[in-house]
Amino acid sequence: MQRPGRSKTRRPWWERWLGPLTPILAALAAFLLGAIMLLALGADPIRAYGSMFEGAFGSVNAFADTIVKATPLLFVGIGICVAFRGGVINIGGEGQLVVGALAATVAAINLPYWPSWAIIPFTLLLGFLGGALWGAIPGVLKAYLNVNEILTTIMMNAIAVQGMNYLLRGPLMDPLQIEQGSFIPQTARFPLAADLPRLVPTRMHLGVILAVLAAVLVWALLWRTTIGFRIRAVGLNPNASRRAGIRVGRYAVMAMLLSGALAGLGGAVQVLGVHHRMFTDGSAMGFTGAAGFNGIVAALFGQLHPIGTIPASVLFGAMIVGANKMQRAVQVPSALITALNGLVVVFVVASEIWRRRLARRSELLNIDRALDTQSDSSQEAGT
Amino acid sequence: MIQDLLAPAVLIGIASSGIRLATPYLYATIGETFGQLSGVLNLGVEGIMLMGAYSGFYVTFKTGNPVLGLLAAIVVGGLMGLGMAIISVTFQAEQGISGIGVYLFGLGMSDLLFQKSLGTVETVSGFQPVEIPFLSQIPVLGQIFFRHNLLVYAAFLLVPVAWFVINKTTWGLKIQAVGQNPAAADALGVSVSAVRYATVTLGGVLSGIAGASLSIGLLNVFQQNLTSGMGFIAVALVYFGGWSPVGVLLGSLLFSLVNALQNWVQVLGIPIPSDFAVMMPYVLTILALVFAVRKVTQPAALTKPFERGEG
Repeated sequence: MQRPGRSKTRRPWWERWLGPLTPILAALAAFLLGAIMLLALGADPIRAYGSMFEGAFGSVNAFADTIVKATPLLFVGIGICVAFRGGVINIGGEGQLVVGALAATVAAINLPYWPSWAIIPFTLLLGFLGGALWGAIPGVLKAYLNVNEILTTIMMNAIAVQGMNYLLRGPLMDPLQIEQGSFIPQTARFPLAADLPRLVPTRMHLGVILAVLAAVLVWALLWRTTIGFRIRAVGLNPNASRRAGIRVGRYAVMAMLLSGALAGLGGAVQVLGVHHRMFTDGSAMGFTGAAGFNGIVAALFGQLHPIGTIPASVLFGAMIVGANKMQRAVQVPSALITALNGLVVVFVVASEIWRRRLARRSELLNIDRALDTQSDSSQEAGT
Repeated sequence: MIQDLLAPAVLIGIASSGIRLATPYLYATIGETFGQLSGVLNLGVEGIMLMGAYSGFYVTFKTGNPVLGLLAAIVVGGLMGLGMAIISVTFQAEQGISGIGVYLFGLGMSDLLFQKSLGTVETVSGFQPVEIPFLSQIPVLGQIFFRHNLLVYAAFLLVPVAWFVINKTTWGLKIQAVGQNPAAADALGVSVSAVRYATVTLGGVLSGIAGASLSIGLLNVFQQNLTSGMGFIAVALVYFGGWSPVGVLLGSLLFSLVNALQNWVQVLGIPIPSDFAVMMPYVLTILALVFAVRKVTQPAALTKPFERGEG
């Protein structure tokens, strides 16, 4: 049966653009709300956002700082891409950053005589493995014992923080702090050989390049290898994947493990490239600066695509760096940025509904077309 | 040193502060239980608690009246709960992630308002302990159970009330139906959206009170990130407690007693790394999730948005 016009309908141009533009529109909405909040606080929003932009991109040093702040977001963010694409929700970035950093720290302070070419890869590897372990535990519990991974990753965050506090107040504490009796919970400075090479005079370090490299590798893994295809298949439709012979549990664990490992590598890069020692203020955020959560924001904004997460991380890194400048310029605390990030997340995930509706509609359209061609051919066969 | 911990006065102290510290967990977990039973996982409890804690504190600080502070926390908590309901019910957003957004919003917003309106850490006189006549005079038990502020008593009273509402009222049965089989509930004329809006908003109100119970009940201060993860624990405790008010009561007491023990260990200067004591409840919760989840099944529609005509 012929249904004129129907089968030839193409989606209008604005519908095709709506998908990729949704997160940007969502962010604009969040910024608009932020502007209203700024007005309510008696600050000029244009000046506030202007100073933020200047603080983040206004000079070479400012830009370098933005990139440095974006680096842990990118590591966590590409990990989130792997996890979410694999159908597991990883809220454990904070803990995985901490464990990765701790693993790198233990190695760095105990290998004072190793040359750079040996100590840097080795400590980074340990950070990667530490994060992998911290991600694998919730992954295994989810895949084989059906324990909700959102809860376990949150618990693992808390456990990592307490472990960090114990180590830094005890066995790993800087001997100098003990000698002086000041007992600040931090480790000794790492040997200079363990410092990631820097692009002097800025604070930009090798970790930035590693993060971008990791993003490209993860993209290649997800879209150019069988393993990546299976991870995505499991995330899209576990039942169909199981019927197709994919071991669903194994790939869920792999997604979680890899997600944790990337965050762990981010933690290691953070201590080796920025702080050169590990420290704690008792909470995870003192060390991570909430990168474990903001990395999720960046990944969502980058449409859970590792390459898209690169500019998204720069954007959110810029917001963090620019917030300090904004605080000085218009006397609005930089905490505003945390609130805005929260709104971005909320708006991005809430606007998904339009995308889903569009997807369903075009799916129906495709089915229509398929049915049409089928009936056409059956008619032909009949005549 | 260790023997100090077993002295009767210390044991009573630990039990008494354990009861007190259970308060915020109880409000938050019972609120979250309602939401999850109806099928909505609100991971933003922590953010709502922070906003409740701030608004309760601020109003009490300005008016000197903790009752007004509590009202403010209820209103703010309810509004944030309503927001979460709009996001997860109407917009059908992925709940595990939107909750993180609500958390970040509450974390940033409460800190922003705190810095803008107060600037430094202040103290207020919040809800004062009320000794219950006669009962508070019973040796040992009186000291442990009957010398707390009103928010503490109300939290414990909430457990049987919640149990009754969930199991013995029509509304409670509707909540469970909507959480188990929304399509069937819808076919029987129950409005899935209305039930979920109500439970998630109620959860917000109770999370707001949970925050206020810290800032104008237990601690009487507000500072950045005051709740430091309690809201996330509360979400986990709902699973831990098998979606029953009695279960979450036990979970809340486990966490609060370990916290109390750890506080006393520090006060007495016992050289046990307290970090491990703090770590234990988290490890226990994971173990409990591993072993308990197999017996009690979660509401079938938890985290699944409902739309007519789907499956």
